[in-house]
Amino acid sequence: MLFISAIVSGLSLGSMYGLIALGFHVTYVVSKTVNFSQGSAVMLGAVLGYTFAVTAGLPLPLAFALALILCGAFGLLVERVLVRPFAGRNSEAWLMATVAGGILLDNTVLFAFGKEPRNFPSALANAPLMLFGTGVYALQLVIPVVGIGIAMMLQLLFRRTRTGKQMLAVVQNSDAARLMGIDVQRMIAASYAASTIFAGLAGLLIAPLVSVQSDMGMVLGIKAFAVAVLGGIASGWGVMLAGLAYGLFEAMVTAFAGSVYTQIAGFSIVILALAVMPNGFLGRASVFKV
Amino acid sequence: MRDFMSRRSLVKTVTGAVAAMVLSASPAAAQATIKFGLVAALSGQSAKSGEAITRGLSLAIDEINAKGGILGKKVELIARDDESNPAKGVLAARELVQRQHVAAFFGGVDTPVSLAIVPFANQAKVPFIGVWAAGTAITKNGAAENYVFRVSAVDELVDVALVDYAAKKYGAKKPGMILIDNAWGESNEAGLKAALAAKKMPYAAIEKFQTEDVDVVPQLTRLKNAGADALFMVANVAPSSQVVKSLDRMAWNVPIISHWGPAGGRFSELAGPSAPKVHFIETYSFSGKLSPKGTAVLAALKKKYPDIKSMADVTPAVGIANAYDAMHLTALAVAKAGSTEGPKIRQAFYQIDSYDGLIKTYKMPFSPANQDALSSGDYMFTYFKQGEILPLTN
Repeated sequence: MLFISAIVSGLSLGSMYGLIALGFHVTYVVSKTVNFSQGSAVMLGAVLGYTFAVTAGLPLPLAFALALILCGAFGLLVERVLVRPFAGRNSEAWLMATVAGGILLDNTVLFAFGKEPRNFPSALANAPLMLFGTGVYALQLVIPVVGIGIAMMLQLLFRRTRTGKQMLAVVQNSDAARLMGIDVQRMIAASYAASTIFAGLAGLLIAPLVSVQSDMGMVLGIKAFAVAVLGGIASGWGVMLAGLAYGLFEAMVTAFAGSVYTQIAGFSIVILALAVMPNGFLGRASVFKV
Repeated sequence: MRDFMSRRSLVKTVTGAVAAMVLSASPAAAQATIKFGLVAALSGQSAKSGEAITRGLSLAIDEINAKGGILGKKVELIARDDESNPAKGVLAARELVQRQHVAAFFGGVDTPVSLAIVPFANQAKVPFIGVWAAGTAITKNGAAENYVFRVSAVDELVDVALVDYAAKKYGAKKPGMILIDNAWGESNEAGLKAALAAKKMPYAAIEKFQTEDVDVVPQLTRLKNAGADALFMVANVAPSSQVVKSLDRMAWNVPIISHWGPAGGRFSELAGPSAPKVHFIETYSFSGKLSPKGTAVLAALKKKYPDIKSMADVTPAVGIANAYDAMHLTALAVAKAGSTEGPKIRQAFYQIDSYDGLIKTYKMPFSPANQDALSSGDYMFTYFKQGEILPLTN
């Protein structure tokens, strides 16, 4: 019974790590930059969802849509203000800038939203379903489906659609891409918007299981980045796979050894895995044409 | 470079600045008000507790100032947020003592933070009065000159009360413990083990969990498998609500006898429909039949804070009541000492003979052997019903 409960927990939390990590992946493959305010974007999704659905009482689909649109807008803002000025000049300062942007957002929300954790009610997380003798919330089963579904859609976008291929072309050779009529800036901005929408969606999905508060995204962001590196940040499938694996590993450690060891074991395994596979699960060493 | 100050005027400016700094760092006796400090969790999951403490202190200060203040000076409260972080708590305490020159300061919500501040208070010889954090070692810190006082529950006495309640109310024979993994959890682990040993009761198992744990099912499953027929819970609001939700998922209906963690926030909202199952300890409640003083304080509270629309907004009463009585007792000590010097105030605390307070009538509340004003006779059990903390009638 403990085993089943751990698997369900592990898969749902793991797919959320994977979903947030997809955000890291998508900006990396388009621009070789990473949005370190992803964790805060997760929190933003949850907080906005709470504000629209609970405080303002809007119907859930509308609240979700508004929250995700605003998360996307946040992504565009991050790209415009915290990344473009630096990446364009070949400076790595976007690293620090996006970290700072995340902290800024956390503290702004602290003032605006309030200092207390609040509960996000959900019909899918009210009464537990009994599955193999252990109780799970319907939401815990929905989450992995959504996470994997989005990873699949992203792969289809990149492989099969014109826009997707254009986005990938941008990072390989941005000058050539420009010459081919691809709007490089637009592609990069779109990738940032996508990354924060993924993060916001993850926040909306996990909010009913935890509580909504201004610092809820920090640890998630760090773990998701570890997952992204573990999976090979250039591979969407790798990232999702790494997320699920990491989530399951964490759940097993918690179930059988105790939650005191979870963080230690989790991050240790990431270091070990990278020592064995430096490019992550499904990553490949970058090829530079000279 | 030619517009730059001449050397003489530079020397004058620098001397003036240094003089200003020296004067502004002058001792408290030169101030026009008596300052008291507060270091508490004013944000995060215990924000409501911090708010309750601030309100209790402020109400008492209003009453004191209305009667002319202490030693002819008005009283001022300077609050600092420790964000439940021990390092920040110590920094805040330092700032209050060294920069603001507070005569004494009150300490807040979290045991780990208070424990970190205790050595500093004793070394700086400034009284530190606890109004919530219940860790036994806060007042029983072994210092030769102990500057730490407390008007609040004490873990080792709370644990005796918890064990007694489990045995009397539920006939528990083999309880288990689900404790938060920090200094507060450890303080209660020691207290619960001692209390159970005194009653010759065995315990099923002791499980620890972290504040950010979403899923406490593994620990609770181990407790269930060990045959626990009741659970002692020690954790703050958010982790306590995760325990309750995890128990729901396991469909395990077991009595939960808890320390006052749930009282610190919106427990009904976070824990869901099973919140009323948790019975927890308090030192005061504004619900039920109130003493004349209780009625008066409640009225003053509602007047000063118009955002209080229902009894659910008065939660947690413990913070308000403990802080209110603590401020009045401290004011008495400062008045008796006739000075704002720490060592004199400390001696004056021991000389308080009687005070008609909100929680009870205090008789010789403090002595060097016991710097806790409240004891097990002052505890009561309560539960949450729709956001309001109601006393349980035995």
